[in-house]
Amino acid sequence: MLIGKPPDIPSSAITPKDHYLNRRRFMRGAVSGVVAAGAAALGAERLAEMFSPRIGALAGTKLETVKSPLTTTGEDLTSLEDLTHYNNFYEFGVDKADPAKNAGGLPTRPWTIRVDGKVKAPKTFDIETLLKRRPLEDRVYRHRCVEAWSMVIPWVGYSLSEFINQCEPLSTAKYVQFLSYYDKKVEKWTSESTISWPYTEGLRMDEAMNPLTLLTFGLYGEVLPNQNGAPVRIVVPWKYGFKSAKSIVAVRFLDKEPPTTWNEQNASEYGFYSNVNPTVDHPRWSQKTERRIGLPFYAQRKTTLMFNGYGEQVASLYNGMNLKRYF
Amino acid sequence: MKRSTLILIKTLTWLACLWPLGQLVWGAATNKLGADPTATITFATGLATIRLLTLSLALTPVRRLIPELSWLVKFRRLIGLFAFFYATLHLLTYIALYAGFDLHAMAADITKRRYITMGLAAWLLLLPLAATSTTWAIRKMTGKRWNQLHKLVYVAAVCGVIHYWWQVKPGVLTPLNITILLAVLLISRPIYTWSQRRKLRLRTA
Repeated sequence: MLIGKPPDIPSSAITPKDHYLNRRRFMRGAVSGVVAAGAAALGAERLAEMFSPRIGALAGTKLETVKSPLTTTGEDLTSLEDLTHYNNFYEFGVDKADPAKNAGGLPTRPWTIRVDGKVKAPKTFDIETLLKRRPLEDRVYRHRCVEAWSMVIPWVGYSLSEFINQCEPLSTAKYVQFLSYYDKKVEKWTSESTISWPYTEGLRMDEAMNPLTLLTFGLYGEVLPNQNGAPVRIVVPWKYGFKSAKSIVAVRFLDKEPPTTWNEQNASEYGFYSNVNPTVDHPRWSQKTERRIGLPFYAQRKTTLMFNGYGEQVASLYNGMNLKRYF
Repeated sequence: MKRSTLILIKTLTWLACLWPLGQLVWGAATNKLGADPTATITFATGLATIRLLTLSLALTPVRRLIPELSWLVKFRRLIGLFAFFYATLHLLTYIALYAGFDLHAMAADITKRRYITMGLAAWLLLLPLAATSTTWAIRKMTGKRWNQLHKLVYVAAVCGVIHYWWQVKPGVLTPLNITILLAVLLISRPIYTWSQRRKLRLRTA
């Protein structure tokens, strides 16, 4: 049983917060150390970042949350340290340790989401309005990356369907496209790859409306750290991680399949659907198993589940579809 | 060169070559290999291999450009063997941490995944070079045959760089710097041969 009784303790209460505090203490120590050792010891850029007020300083602010019946139980959570220091967010560098170092300048306030396309009328939503629309839920999801590693993450948010209803899409809207924040001045690392920015992802309307698809504002009961896609992102737990677009600034309703970043980059490796599927190998590696981040070497290898274990809720979306062809 | 200077430089070379391993051991002991130690170890050993291999290939062109540095050749074997050492660690990381000693998984990977095939090819090319790196083997094989065999190092380095490109996500440019460096080193060889021949022709004309 993948979905059952939610745990009595909200995930926010069992945050290994000491990791986080340790890091802060370390950073504080580092600042004084650097002052003593002189600017040469550290890059001038790092130094400037440490002294200038950080725009993304909202990260870590406590959010008020309620339990969710859609939470995944029976899995050990990945530590806050690991899930904030192992990120694929190529706008801030291609190394997984880069976003934690570089995403500090992402201006998460003010923030709006522009909605257009096949809707009754184009609209703009302010992040504060979205946060206050309804109670935020604690939802633990497995997260499976296309690179064959995985995590278990306590997200905070509510079903994307509730947002979509506010957007008032027309009946001709069959797909939803998400566009991520892009500013070359803030995201100076975009030239580390040949990707054409902004990052964009898409879902079929019924996938976007599935209650599991989460409009996400936080993790571990707190505001999203910038490197995890602040201030607002989606999480689609039955698909490979790259489908879950970060730092969303625009949502577009369309009558046909939108172009998506990794699919455009290499269509034979990254399909539009990209459902977690152990029977369809990535051309360059097997998808049968995954490495669970944070577990010791001998215990990290796990069997990958169809739809990342969420088949009960989502398999019916793909009835009659050849998932080897529409991978 | 004075004997003491040579010993000093040799010690420093050893330390430099052991540095990547030292970082990994220190990281493992202090739990600082990041969220994904498997990936950290794989990347660090792979990077050390390709860097040392490129460095070993750079020694001859440098000696030709700056004849005063011709003593550098004394370090080529050491650096080459360290490249093989890291390549072997890299391979063992794959066998233990990715394939989990599963022979079927390894066979499937080698036949189906081109970057693994290419990586294994690079290691297999380095194997006879490491095996014939002893002074005894050099003497036994005679200079010419030994030199011919050891030209395989170019092929191995090219295989290594292709392996790197095939492993990263499409469009990621991380392997670009080492590729350019290796390309320059490879191109410098025929250019040097050509210029030597030209000089010879001019002299005989």
